[in-house]
Amino acid sequence: MPPVITVEHLRKVYGHHVVAVDDVSFEVEPGEIFGLLGSNGAGKTTTVECIQGLRTPTGGTVRVLGKDPVHHAGDLRGRMGCQLQESRLPDHMKVWEALDLFASLAPGVVDWQTLLEQWGLAEKRNASFSSLSGGQRQRLFIALALVSSPEVVFLDEMTTGLDPAARRVAWDLIEKIRDRGATVVLVTHFMDEAERLCDRVAVVDKGRIIAADTPRGLVVRYDPLEQVVFSCDLDDLDWLSRVPGARGVTRRGPRCVVEGTGPLLAHVAAALVDRGQTPDDLRVIEPSLEDVFLKLTGHLVDD
Amino acid sequence: MARDGAATTGTARHGVSHPGGLRVLLKLTWIELKLFLREPMTIVFTFAFPVVLMFVLGEVFGNQPGGSNERVFGGLGAMNYYAPAYIAVVTMSVGVIMLPARLTDYRSGGVLRRFRASLVPIWAVLGSQVLAALVLGVVGSVLVAAFAALFYPVHFPDSLALLAAGFVLCSAAFAAIGTLLGAVMPSPRAAQGAGLMLFFVMLFLSGASVPMEVMSGTMKRIGDFLPLTYGVDLLQGAWSGGTWDWTAAIVLIGIVVIAGFLSLRVYRWG
Repeated sequence: MPPVITVEHLRKVYGHHVVAVDDVSFEVEPGEIFGLLGSNGAGKTTTVECIQGLRTPTGGTVRVLGKDPVHHAGDLRGRMGCQLQESRLPDHMKVWEALDLFASLAPGVVDWQTLLEQWGLAEKRNASFSSLSGGQRQRLFIALALVSSPEVVFLDEMTTGLDPAARRVAWDLIEKIRDRGATVVLVTHFMDEAERLCDRVAVVDKGRIIAADTPRGLVVRYDPLEQVVFSCDLDDLDWLSRVPGARGVTRRGPRCVVEGTGPLLAHVAAALVDRGQTPDDLRVIEPSLEDVFLKLTGHLVDD
Repeated sequence: MARDGAATTGTARHGVSHPGGLRVLLKLTWIELKLFLREPMTIVFTFAFPVVLMFVLGEVFGNQPGGSNERVFGGLGAMNYYAPAYIAVVTMSVGVIMLPARLTDYRSGGVLRRFRASLVPIWAVLGSQVLAALVLGVVGSVLVAAFAALFYPVHFPDSLALLAAGFVLCSAAFAAIGTLLGAVMPSPRAAQGAGLMLFFVMLFLSGASVPMEVMSGTMKRIGDFLPLTYGVDLLQGAWSGGTWDWTAAIVLIGIVVIAGFLSLRVYRWG
């Protein structure tokens, strides 16, 4: 099957000098959840807005379902669903009116009542938009993005403003969207979200994609070292650095860290037992996407 | 569910341009009308205020021609003078108060972004505003005319056809002005301020409230630059005498063309 989205050498310059997106290329395959991960201002939203046809690229080509989203917007109506950052509905518009309106854009009859229930908005059916909480607005926008049963769904920072419980619910629902056959493009700055949901992740920094792979693949490629951590009061730990796979040993107070690869935990455990040490807090810390991100960009996502 | 339907009607989906554009326009217009009814400010200015002013004017001047009235209302009874004038005021109120506030709000607040991302056509957004404005104008005008007819012996319009044509032209001119304001004003508050100022200046200096005959030279010169002056002339001609004031009509058509063109050029998606 051809890719759902093809982006080649995308470039977007605001004004004359502000380069928001610089030579970005990637493809999104049918049925996958593709993540654009990056800090605020990295160029994620601009990239997605170019794909949605909301902005005209300065250079490069974008194809969604084989169409140019700027020049053939009409062909894509109802086939793309978008949940946008920083958008609103008229204050006095009611929840059901919004769903009814957006449903009328889609060909065929749309069952938006089910969406209301799925997204926990059934009780808010007759509430006006201005009376909704941040989380309710977010859920309404997601429901609106799904109302036409689109083939591609864009979710931009969709769990921002949701409480932890609502985030879990949203994650389950995103997986359901994909299970129904839609392709999902997820823009996020939450590492745990990307790691949990995305089949593939592109790390965006300063307008460029600096790495793209499965979350696991990124970790293996860029930060393969795992850490074995335990407490112990021995002064000399040099013998630990001779454990197979170990790359280094550090300690801070009673907390000791052995960094390395391979079945490190087993080797360290065996070595400790040999020396008569049986720390009860021995554990392994696997590298996370966050470590990879830090390594790749040199800064934390919230900086 | 809908997804399965999409699979079987796949070819229809990829067919020519979306057939539901008109459906969206009508749905948006209907929603706009409901939103209007939930907005106290515009209800007051479009429906209540003109009727209240008509009441005051009617109580002060009555509708008997002759006497002191003869010099001022072009020889007409005061209410025969004011009824068509206030129909013009209603179209002005919808145009300069409701439309700019709504359009600036949509533009600056992210509503247009939201609509556009779902590929709601821009002509449907602007069109629904204008259609809603027209419907509200009709309701407001009927209220004004019914009030005048019920409580004062106002005569029936001499030419209903010309009155209707004049009404549509007035509505179009003020809708064009309102859309232009909505395109250039930076925020809903700014739009509301500008709209209210225009509303009161036009209300008092265009012959809609203070008759031309008692205005000073300066007031009249200002009035010559106000669109409402021409709206009032056009509708009064149709109401009493059944005549079509071509000067007024041409001025209003000019406003529709120029303001309409400019606003479509300037109005941007959020």
